[in-house]
Order: sequence, then structure tokens, then C-alpha cells
Amino acid sequence: MVEKFFQDHERKMPRDSLITSENDSEQDAGLSLQEEHESKTHRTKRRDGDRQKKKRRNERRKGGTRAGEGEEDLQAVSEKRERSKRKRAKSKQETSRRENNEEEEAQLTGGKGTKARKDIRNEKTRRMEKEEVREVEENVDKGKKKQGSTKKGEKKEDGGKQLVKGKAREVKKKKHKKAETSSEPETSEEDDDEEEDNDKDVVRLECLSPEELEKLKEAVDERKKLIQSLRGKPWAMKKKLVTLRESQEFVEKYEGALGKGKGRKLYAYKVLMTKKWMKFQRDFENFKTACIPWEMKIKEIESHFGSSVASYFLFLRWMYGINMILFGLTFGLVMVPEALMGRPYGSMPRKTVPRAEEASAMDFAVLWDFGGYAQYSVLFYGYYNNQRTVGWLKFRMPLSYFLVGVGTVAYSYMVVIRTMARNANESGVGDDNSFNFSWKMFTSWDYLIGNAETADNKFASITTSFKEAILEEQESHKDDNIHLTRFLRVLANFLVLCCLAGSGYLIYFVVRRSQKFALDGLENHTWWERNEVNMVMSLLGMFCPMLFDVISTLENYHPRVALQWQLGRIFALFLGNLYTFIIALMDEINLKRKEEKIVKFNITTWEASLYNGTVSENSTASPVTIHPADVPRGPCWETMVGQEFVRLIISDTMTTYITLLIGDFLRAVLVRFLNYCWCWDLEAGFPSYSEFDVSGNVLGLIFNQGMIWMGSFYAPCLPALNVIRLHVSMYLQCWAVMCCNVPQERVFKASGSNNFYMAMLLVILFLSTLPAIYTIVSIPPSFDCGPFSGKNRMFDVIHETLESDFPPWFSKVFSYASNPGLVLPFILLMVLAIYYLQSTSKSYREANVELKKKLQMQNEENKRKNKRAALKAQMDLEEARMTAQEQQRNNNASVQDQENDTDIHGSGQRPYQEKYGCNPPPPVGGRGRQMPSSRDPGSRTYNRGNHGPSGYLPGFARQSEPRMYRVPSLQRH
Amino acid sequence: MGTTASQLSKESLSEYQELTFLTKQEILLAHKRFTELLEKHEKDQIDARVPMGKIITLPELKSNPFKERICRVFSTSEQKDGSLTFEDFLDLLSAFSDSATLEIKSHYAFRIFDFDDDGTLDCADLEKLVNCLTGETNDAKLSSTEMKQLISNILEESDIDKDGTVNLSEFQHVISRSPDFVSSFKIVL
Repeated sequence: MVEKFFQDHERKMPRDSLITSENDSEQDAGLSLQEEHESKTHRTKRRDGDRQKKKRRNERRKGGTRAGEGEEDLQAVSEKRERSKRKRAKSKQETSRRENNEEEEAQLTGGKGTKARKDIRNEKTRRMEKEEVREVEENVDKGKKKQGSTKKGEKKEDGGKQLVKGKAREVKKKKHKKAETSSEPETSEEDDDEEEDNDKDVVRLECLSPEELEKLKEAVDERKKLIQSLRGKPWAMKKKLVTLRESQEFVEKYEGALGKGKGRKLYAYKVLMTKKWMKFQRDFENFKTACIPWEMKIKEIESHFGSSVASYFLFLRWMYGINMILFGLTFGLVMVPEALMGRPYGSMPRKTVPRAEEASAMDFAVLWDFGGYAQYSVLFYGYYNNQRTVGWLKFRMPLSYFLVGVGTVAYSYMVVIRTMARNANESGVGDDNSFNFSWKMFTSWDYLIGNAETADNKFASITTSFKEAILEEQESHKDDNIHLTRFLRVLANFLVLCCLAGSGYLIYFVVRRSQKFALDGLENHTWWERNEVNMVMSLLGMFCPMLFDVISTLENYHPRVALQWQLGRIFALFLGNLYTFIIALMDEINLKRKEEKIVKFNITTWEASLYNGTVSENSTASPVTIHPADVPRGPCWETMVGQEFVRLIISDTMTTYITLLIGDFLRAVLVRFLNYCWCWDLEAGFPSYSEFDVSGNVLGLIFNQGMIWMGSFYAPCLPALNVIRLHVSMYLQCWAVMCCNVPQERVFKASGSNNFYMAMLLVILFLSTLPAIYTIVSIPPSFDCGPFSGKNRMFDVIHETLESDFPPWFSKVFSYASNPGLVLPFILLMVLAIYYLQSTSKSYREANVELKKKLQMQNEENKRKNKRAALKAQMDLEEARMTAQEQQRNNNASVQDQENDTDIHGSGQRPYQEKYGCNPPPPVGGRGRQMPSSRDPGSRTYNRGNHGPSGYLPGFARQSEPRMYRVPSLQRH
Repeated sequence: MGTTASQLSKESLSEYQELTFLTKQEILLAHKRFTELLEKHEKDQIDARVPMGKIITLPELKSNPFKERICRVFSTSEQKDGSLTFEDFLDLLSAFSDSATLEIKSHYAFRIFDFDDDGTLDCADLEKLVNCLTGETNDAKLSSTEMKQLISNILEESDIDKDGTVNLSEFQHVISRSPDFVSSFKIVL
């Protein structure tokens, strides 16, 4: 059908354009003649459409040059149109008359008919958003009925709604444009059938000038934008739906026809592709959300325990993601190539279990300690060979090992810093204390809470926070016994320091002892003695925080401050433990290196003896083949370090899980079932259920990650282990939280401390890379194990690659670049850049503060002005009243006019105002005076700056003041 | 609307996706949850309404002190009884979803806190709000002097034009600075 019409018009086109359009009837006749050859079904409609289109063409032609001349014509046309409308609609005479007038006005003001129309289409949407909320809602209700009556008619019909009526009148009186917007869509889009609409559009499009086309394109784009932004509008769904459909229809209609000319196919193709792309994007978005692991689990927890507990799990998931990538790097670039392409197990000494250990190499106890076969496997540093390339791919194994080690650290830095930056962005200006109370009021409820118990806790915590805030406000810092508190705090810190020192010494002692055990030979000792170090560290990590908690009750801090202290102390404890551990390890490394020297010497003598032996036996025999298991070898400190870290991780994981099972699950079970036969209420009383300790868990996670970063250079299997650990603990902890924890009493907001955790992670990352880098840079690698064996330092692998794999000029450039003379200025430059950026950001911040101040000043100024204006208005009203009383009848008309004006002003901009503005000024002038509306004077002064004489009633002023200056304040925004 | 109660048509599903911040799965889940609340004979109706009494029994809303306000704000019912159609329900979920913008969230938050629907938060609204936040129990309630102090402090901070009430733009101004409004103004099915 549409195509038919399209053809039809294309045929008509040249003729149409030849005819000068003064004579409407003639053209009409011609067209109808032609039409008779076509199908007759849509005849009337089409004629109607033709008429309109012609009319529009008239308008367009005249628009530019002969706007005045065309006035009569236009009138006729609009009348004609009105008539046809009336035929269909049978709306009331009066309304259509008014409509008619309006349209004339509209067309006259519009000048260029088509353009105006298009503009209207553009602006219609915008206006609808801004001002015509109510009218659109009317559309929604009535639009579909296609009654054909004009909007005004409809409104007239249900005259019961005073509000709408008032609005309509305002619209008519004041804003012509508004009138157009409300009437035009009605007449063009709803009265006419769609086909008709289509074909006139097509015709119009064909003879559009390029700039008009451009405008249309803009309109389409705007619609598209509207469609995209629709979801961000606080409208009811019905309204959104209607707007969406309308806009989509519009876009589809014009988009297809837009590129009529040369670029049509391209344009159509583009449109098609954007549509497809949008759909794909949406599907992909859906797919992505479906792919996020544990989303539902976390949301469930979130809805039970609020966002703070959920934040731990989000953090866990984030950590899991990072570890997955680290694992991918080490697994894909180090472990797999070595396992597949490197020399197989047993081919050389470093890849074989030594003869002495062979018997017990498969025992579970040994494997559990990562000795035996596990030690001589791809899991540890020592297994890797120092051949430059492996396999047919010529894979640079040592280089890859080194780069992966550096890459994991670099990647971690990048991710952590990026996340921190994003968090900082999200929190915006950040610690802005100016809205302390308001935030407490408006944002403290966590809407996710779906658990009555959590809700009760939340109520309690909000109440206390209110009370605290009030108290703080009332009496800032009035400590009753400052000396006692001070003493207690000092005492508490002293105790904590003692704890820290004690734990540090304990660890040092234990590590030393374990070295003795190791020298004696592990197999002579019990399980405890072998695992003493890790167990002690885990136990300290478990019990010291509890101790700190007890100590911190002495201090009597505010809960938030106390939490920070607690976190800081635990952090110090963990860090101290870790560093003691590392220092002890360093000692051990030095021991091993001494041992290595001896072994090296022994080996040379052993080789010499071997050589001598073979020479003495048979001088021409083939070289002796000694089984690699029998070859004496060095202690390989790197593998030892890796093993230590792996053991630490394993024992840490185990303690975490076991505490979870015993401390949470068993306790919950006991409390639950013993409660039936116990003297006091276990659930509410002493043992109760355990809380989920967010901060402790997060810290544990952070330190675990630190150990991974530290150890993963010497044990490439660590990220893999960590992935498994995180995976298991995700499920285990989710389950434990849901089944045996109660929500925290001290509910604190998660997002506020988010960057705090990140900062800790960054610190840990830095501190854990320090020892790793130190060992890499300053300690020579073992001579007979690992990918760097035989080199002086581990990073020599870079030099080697540069020399042998790159052209000579490159290594030359590199050596120049790494010259201190170049590096130092570069570093200086960086420092300067950092300094510059920092100072700019500082000045920006200052400017921000300044602007804020200015804004406040402005606001106050405005407020004062408004107040003054309101007062003046008051006086004015009084004056008007007086004068009105004096000259009763004469002044009525003018007063009413003013009030009408102000009516528009008030409710046009403000949706809520409609509540007040629902009684419109009645047509009879006399009643205008009696209206109690206090809004009028305020806005009246707005319209005409008044000079106020004295003499108002003070009582009246006080009554209406609050409302009065509310109006201007809204208009301002 | 192209919606049948038992199953969402493809078009309306995609339209809903276009118009809300929800993903397809979330819309389907919402639909499932919503139809569970409907009476049997209503399941075929397009615009069936679920009364407020039933909506607030949803576990996600049950312990929310603003549950009734939320229903009333999102309801398009003409009787102002807080009953929701499916589309209202979607609106609600969309405003409370993860990806909704701060602007829309703060708009609805304002309307929720505006207990008397007069377009501003005045002292009575704020008092009601405080009472909602501190819970029903008597011992948790603030005394009248505390309440006065609190409300005057709040007005001091956020009532920029000093007209004794907080209007929408002031409210949004305050909210936009808050670091954790977006993360806590969420309801997840």
C-alpha cells in the first residue's frame, strides 16, 4: 500500500511542482482525476491528504517570500481542514472555532509552515518533558481511541476537571507555541490514518531542500536520543511506553525515507546496522550479567545482611578475578610450556627426585608438605631448566619466566590503582562534612535489607548515630575525666605493642627452631614440629585480633574510630608477622647459600674424582652415564622459599576454614540445640550466634593476596592455589553467612571504607614486592636449578635476550637509554610532572571550595532578594486591594489579566504547583479579587518589578510568606 | 499493551528493557514474582492490580520502613490506594536497580520522603522520616528536643534558600554529594 502511494506521488511530483498553487480547487480537480485511475478504496482519505500536503506546499513556497500574501489562503486551507475534521469528529462547534483561530495564529507566527511543523515535532518532545506532563497523560488515556476530536474538545467535554481546563486556558492565552504543540500532533498524527501520514511525509521529503533534510535528520536524531534517555525519566511506565512508541514510529517513518538521494542505500544500511548493533549490545549486556559469577548469591546475602557484608563478597569476587588473570599468565606462559616442551621429568638432576628421598617421595605426608614429587615438579622454581629456548616454537623460557614474574606485579599495581581512582571518582568530592546530618537522614537507610533482624539493628544504629550526632553538636568535646581516658588509651596502646612484639618474637623464635629441625632432618620430628611456623602464624592471626578487641574496650573510642584502630592494629600484626617471617627466611637463604658453596666445591671434587675414575678404568670408553638422581646437587634456596610460601598459604587456608566450621557452624549448632535445655537464653545471651566480621575477613584476604604476590615468583603454582582457595571460600562463606551468622550490630557503610581497603591492598602490594625484588636483584640465583641457573643475576636474562635476539643497534639504543645520564633526568622529569599535577589538583580543589562559597553567597543573596520581592508584593497586593475597594468595577479587568499571567507563570514550570493552582481564575472579574491564593502577588512582582508604597497588614504577610518565596526559588532551578 | 499475564510477549519485553534499567532476566523474574501475587482470575488481565497489602509482604520490602510510601509513590492507581500494576512494579524495580542513575534515584527518594505529597520536605515530613528511621519501638524514639535539634540541623545544612523546607533541587544537591546513596538505594528481587 505504501509503495503504491509512493509511486503515485512520484508520478505526480513533476506536475505538482509545475503548478503554481494559487488555485486550490483546480489542483484538487486535477489530482482527483488522476486518482480515479488508482484504487478507489482510500480515495477520500487520500484526497484529504493531498489537500493537506498541497496546503503545506503552499505554505512552504510562500513561507519565505510571501508570508503576508498567503494569509487568506492559509485561512481558507485551515478552515477546509477543520471542516473535514469536523465531519469525522463531530466535535463541538465552539472548540473547533477556537482551534481554527489558534491554527491561523500558529501558522502565521510560524511563517514557514513545514519548518514550523518540523520544529514543532522536535520541540514537542522537549516540551512534553518539561511542561506538559499532564497533557501527555491525557494523551495516553485518550490518544488511542482516535476520536478525532481535538484535544481542546476533549478537555471541554470532561469539564469536570477544572485543573485541565485552567491549564488549557493558560496555554491558549499565553503561549502560542505551546498551543501548537498540543494541537498539532493531534491533528496530524491521530486524526489521519497512518498511510496517509506516510504518503504525505514521503512527498514532503522528496521536495525538501538539503537544509530542511538536515533539520529532519536532526529531529530523528533527537528522537533517538529521547528513546535512549527515556529510561532515565521519572515517568510512569504508561507514559514512557506511549512516548517510546511515538518516537519509534516517527524515527522509523522518517528514517526509511530520509536518504532519498544519493546516500540512501548507505543511510539505510547504516540505520539497519545501528539497529542491529543496539540489539546486539542489549543482548550482550544481558549475557554479561548472566555471566557474572555468584551474582545471585551475593544479591541474596546483600538483601539479608545489607551492603556491608555484601561488600566483602564483592571484594572476594574481584580478588578472584585478578587471581584468575594471574593464574592465566603463569599457567599459560610458564607452567604449560615447560611441562609440554621442556625436558621431561627425570632427564636431568634438577628434574628428578634425589636418590635419598626416593623412598618417601610419594608419601602423602611428604606431598602435603610439597616435598617429594611435588617439589621436583613444574610447581616450583627449581624444576625449570635454563635452556634458552624450549620446543619447536623456540619459546624463550627463562625470559618468559622473568617477564611473567614482573608482569604479575605490574598488572596488580595497575588494577589496584585503577580501581582506587575509580572509587575516588565515584565518591566525588569525598570527605565533605557539610551535609553530615542530611546524609544521616536521607541516605542512611539501606534499602536492600530484607531481614527483620538486620532491620532492627539498623534502626538501632541509626538512632544511636542520630543521638551521637546531636550530642556532638550540643557539647563538642566535654570529657568528664580526660586523665583517666588518656591513661587508659596509653595503657591500651602499650599492651597492643607488647602483643605485637611478642608475636614477632614468637615467630622469629619458631622459624629459627624450624631451621634447626631442618638441619637435623625433618623425618626425626613430629608433625607439629615440622609445621610449627605456619601453625604459630595462623594461631597468632586468629587470637591476637580478639585480644586487641578486648584491649580496645579500655579506650572508649567512638565505634568508627575504634574500628579504624582495630583495623590498623591487625594490619600491623599481620605485617609484622609477615616481615618477621621474611627476615627469618632471609637468614635461611643465607644459610642455604653457604651450604651451596660447600656443595659446589664438593661437586667439583666429585666430578674430578669421577673423571679420574673413568680415566683410570678406560680411557676410550663413552662418558659415564650417571643416573640424574645420584648427582649431588645444591640446596636450591628459591624452591625452598616457594615451598615455605605454599605451606603458609595452605595452613592459612586450613585455619580459615576450620575456624569457620568450628567458630561459626559448630557454635551456631550448639547454641541452637542446647538452647532447649539450658539455664539461660543462649541465643540472646552469652555465646549467641557469631557475627560476620567484615573487616577481619577483608584483612585476611588482603594478606593472603600479599603472600601470593610475594611468593609467586618462586612458586608459579601459587596463583592457581589461590584461585582454588578463593573459589572454595566463596561457597563456604556464603553458606556460613546465610546459615549461621547474625547480622552485625555495628552496621557500617561499605562504600565509605572501600578505598580504605584498596589503600591497604596497595600498601601490601608494595611491601610484598619489596622483598621479592630484593631477592631478584641482589641475590645470585642457584647454580644448578631454575631458569636462571648459571647467570650472575636473574635479570641478566634481559641482557642476554637483547644481545642475541635483537639487532645490535637495538641493544645499543637500550644501553644508551639505560645510561644513568638519561635515566636520572627522566626520573627528575617524572617527579616534576607529579609535583605539577599535584599542585594543579590542589588548586582545583581550592577553586572548588571557592566556587562553593560563591554559590552559597549567591543563594543567600537570591534568598534575600526574594524575600524583599515577596514583601513588596505584599504591599502591592494591599495597595491593589485598597484601590479596588475604592473604584470597585473599573479596575476589574486589568487585575484579572495580571492574575492570568501569573497563573501561567506559576504552574507552567512546576508540577506540584498544580495542587495549589487547581482553581483557575474565573472569567468574571469580580471574583479575582476574592481569591485567597497567596501565590499571585509573589509572582506578580516577578513579572513587573514593583515599587512598593508602604502600608500592608503584618498579619497577612506572615501568613503567606513561606509559600510566597517558594515560587521564585523553584523558578530559579 | 501486548502483555498477557502469563507470559510477556517479545515486543513488550524488549520495550521494557528499553524503558527500564533492568535486564531481561530481571524483568522475567519480576514478572514471575508479580504473577505469584495475583489472584487466579486476574492472571489473564493485562492491567491487574496488586493491592498494597500484598506488595508489602514481599520479603524485599517487608522490613523496609518506607514500604507503604514506596507503594504509594509508584502506584498509578486512581484511588490512591498504593496498588501496583506490573508496569508500576517494573518502574519501582527500575528505580531501585543497580544501574539506575543518581538523578532518577534521588527523584524517587524525594517523593518517598515527601509524606504529604506537597512537593517539599517540611518539618512534618522530616519528623515522620526520622520516626521511620528510628523504628517503632518507644525506647528508640528521640525526645522532642532532640528531634527539634536534629531537624533544625538538617534544615541548616540542606535548606539552601532558607524557606523552612527542603525542595527537590536542594534534596538532589545534598544527595548527589553523598558517597553511598546510590549503593544503598537499591532493591533487588
